[in-house]
Amino acid sequence: MNKDTLLIAGKSYNSRLLIGTGKYKDFAETQAAVEASGAEIITIAIRRSNIGQNPNEPNLLDVLPPSKYTLLPNTAGCYSADDAVRTLRLARELLNGHSLVKLEVLGDPQSLYPNVVETLAAAKTLVADGFQVMVYTSDDPIIAKQLEDIGCVAIMPLASLIGSGMGILNPWNLELIMDRVQVPVIVDAGVGTASDAAIAMELGCHGVLMNTAIAAAQQPVLMASAMKLAVDAGRMAFLAGRMPKKLYSASPSSPTSGLIS
Amino acid sequence: MDATSHDQNLKVISISINGEVRQFDNSISVATLLEQMQLTGKRIALERNGEILPRGQFNQQLLADGDQLEIVVAVGGG
Repeated sequence: MNKDTLLIAGKSYNSRLLIGTGKYKDFAETQAAVEASGAEIITIAIRRSNIGQNPNEPNLLDVLPPSKYTLLPNTAGCYSADDAVRTLRLARELLNGHSLVKLEVLGDPQSLYPNVVETLAAAKTLVADGFQVMVYTSDDPIIAKQLEDIGCVAIMPLASLIGSGMGILNPWNLELIMDRVQVPVIVDAGVGTASDAAIAMELGCHGVLMNTAIAAAQQPVLMASAMKLAVDAGRMAFLAGRMPKKLYSASPSSPTSGLIS
Repeated sequence: MDATSHDQNLKVISISINGEVRQFDNSISVATLLEQMQLTGKRIALERNGEILPRGQFNQQLLADGDQLEIVVAVGGG
């Protein structure tokens, strides 16, 4: 049997769990959670450096070296296509020409819901500029297809709002997206606990990206391990093919003959 | 860039760095600026007036009055 790997932009990954590095109490916890999760693709954010403040403070890239992980710079906090494109050009310079990126253009700070109009515009510019774009978007199957047609290398619909932990609210839309696009579909945002990740994978999603579900757990490193197992279990269940659901036609697991009378 | 040819004396220029305006000697290069800020060799990326300034050009590029710089680093994010 061929190894079951996640193929993104021509590169294979053994882990289908992608994790963010925000909201941890310190770099040591970030590093421990990343290790426990088994994730190979790790998102990072790009921010202004703190001018004049402790020039020797540790840098995230020293803790999570690009030689060991595939770093996925994001555009979190960007509300326009222009800001997102600028941010990712800076990221590419920072990471020595690395072109795999996570595009997200947000609509408002209350919901962090994606602005798909700006997202489509940014995706076009970035693809034309040679970026390999993994794109955070709504769970709208029409937009998902348009993003694929633009040339995005992975479609990453929300399962519920960023940081909400509300789980998979519309599995039907995720299935519609998977029906329509050929590139990997990775649930990005909304996962709250291990069963949510398993459900996403059982639906046939190619991966799950999460941050808060791990970082905001009481014990983040333990939750990172749980998420690794959940993603693996959900993926295996998907590949195994679940039994059909049957209402009112119970089928006993034990023989119906040979019962004592 | 060669304002000194008109003015023998060094003149102070204002540069905006990450939104904060600072004054510098007009002959300063980007590399020297980064050195003064103790950022030499750090994992940073730099944008000058909205355009990426590749690391390889830090030594040659002289800053001009009114330049706007953005200096960024990687931080944790989801």
